[in-house]
Amino acid sequence: MKSFLSLFILFVGISSIEAQDKYYTKTGKISINATVNKSLENIEAFNKTVVCIIDTKTGEIQFSVLMKGFEFERALMMEHFNENYVESEKFPKSVFKGAISNHASITYTKEGVYQAKVKGKMTLHGESKDIEAEGKILNKNGKLTITTMFNLTLADYKIMVPKLVADKVATNAKITVDCILDPLLNK
Amino acid sequence: MKKHTLKMILAISISLISIKSFAQETDLLKLVEDTIPKKQVVKNAFKSTRVINGHSIEFLAPATMDFRILHRFGLMNQGAKNLFGLDQASMRLGFDFGILKNLQVGIGRSTYRKELDGYIKFAPIIQSTGPNAFPATIALVTGITLTTMDYQDPTVNYKFSSRIAYYFQTIIGRKFNEKLSLQLTPTIVHNNLVPLAAQPNDVYSMGFGGRLKMSKRTAFTWDYFYLFNGKIDGINYNPLSIGVDIETGGHVFQLHLSNAVGMNERAFITETTSSWENFDIRMGFNLSRIFQLKKKK
Repeated sequence: MKSFLSLFILFVGISSIEAQDKYYTKTGKISINATVNKSLENIEAFNKTVVCIIDTKTGEIQFSVLMKGFEFERALMMEHFNENYVESEKFPKSVFKGAISNHASITYTKEGVYQAKVKGKMTLHGESKDIEAEGKILNKNGKLTITTMFNLTLADYKIMVPKLVADKVATNAKITVDCILDPLLNK
Repeated sequence: MKKHTLKMILAISISLISIKSFAQETDLLKLVEDTIPKKQVVKNAFKSTRVINGHSIEFLAPATMDFRILHRFGLMNQGAKNLFGLDQASMRLGFDFGILKNLQVGIGRSTYRKELDGYIKFAPIIQSTGPNAFPATIALVTGITLTTMDYQDPTVNYKFSSRIAYYFQTIIGRKFNEKLSLQLTPTIVHNNLVPLAAQPNDVYSMGFGGRLKMSKRTAFTWDYFYLFNGKIDGINYNPLSIGVDIETGGHVFQLHLSNAVGMNERAFITETTSSWENFDIRMGFNLSRIFQLKKKK
């Protein structure tokens, strides 16, 4: 009986320790901006259903973004984005899988702001490319807030901007990430 | 005995940890991503809210306005003298409004018979994928037309209602894949007054429309209405239009060849007076420009 109890305590102990290892969100925010300088058309989209998970033990970080979840100020932009540019029917998700390269210098158990370098593979429009970005991890009230900003060259992912709209749609898109991660429990 | 149990516990917990860490390396997202697919509506079966002449299963997004300029030129077989019909043009100006994702209204005016028209289009069922999916979109259209032209015989005292006609339509359409969309459109057109005694007031017809996408921004389209009654030899014919949709970013151009001159349901279904057999066809275009009335933020 005693041994059973200790076994039970040990298992509970393992799972509760592990619970602090991973942080996740299903309501992360990503915005993309492909507005051309001085253009009147603001080509900016927001996605508020980004899935992000981080394993603080290994420094692994992964994102999954549903392409149809991007909302533009004009309905027609959204239609063109899904139909002509990212082809959401064929490639419904964009996924990033990578790791924090300066993982060792971050203390996830202590509150504070940490600079993080992330390297990994991003898959968008069926194309996979290695990317690197710098961001911040804010540890506060038991939550991790991940913010970063980086540029993507659309042509790298075979997303072509026709000449006809070259004065409206930029060939580089600015990506802004803002995710607040909660501890992952019972997994 | 106690030592043995402790060893066991240790071994189990180590193996558990190792399994866990092995799983981490493969796919973290699996732990949190929803595995059950969500219900999603199928969009963009057609580039525009019209196949060519007839309504398509496509709806305008809420809070958008579609300004439509439609032209139908003269008969092509008039030859170079009339620049293959381009010297004459009949047009319709229209404004369509998206109210809900499945509700749209529109008004328009055609030069042909100086006719005003208005309609309401509503889809109780939209094609979707995922749980509780439905394989097709079913839309209902009801419209009214009003001719403002003077009557040929001014001595007859016509009633105002004689200027009015109605149409009722059900559109059953499906986007089969990224390329192919097809729809069936049973339609009733009711004319309060018909020009010939032999013509019925109610004309029943079936529309066959479709789209075959050729590239991301171009598509081949066809739009045909078969009349079950009200077709009189030498007077009117089934309207057939074939065309190309070209999307240029802000505009959708629908270029086509058709034997119909009318640009509302009453006119092109019951008053198509030329036939493809004699090459009595016209060039025409629909130009659609969508404006966002209320921006999302």
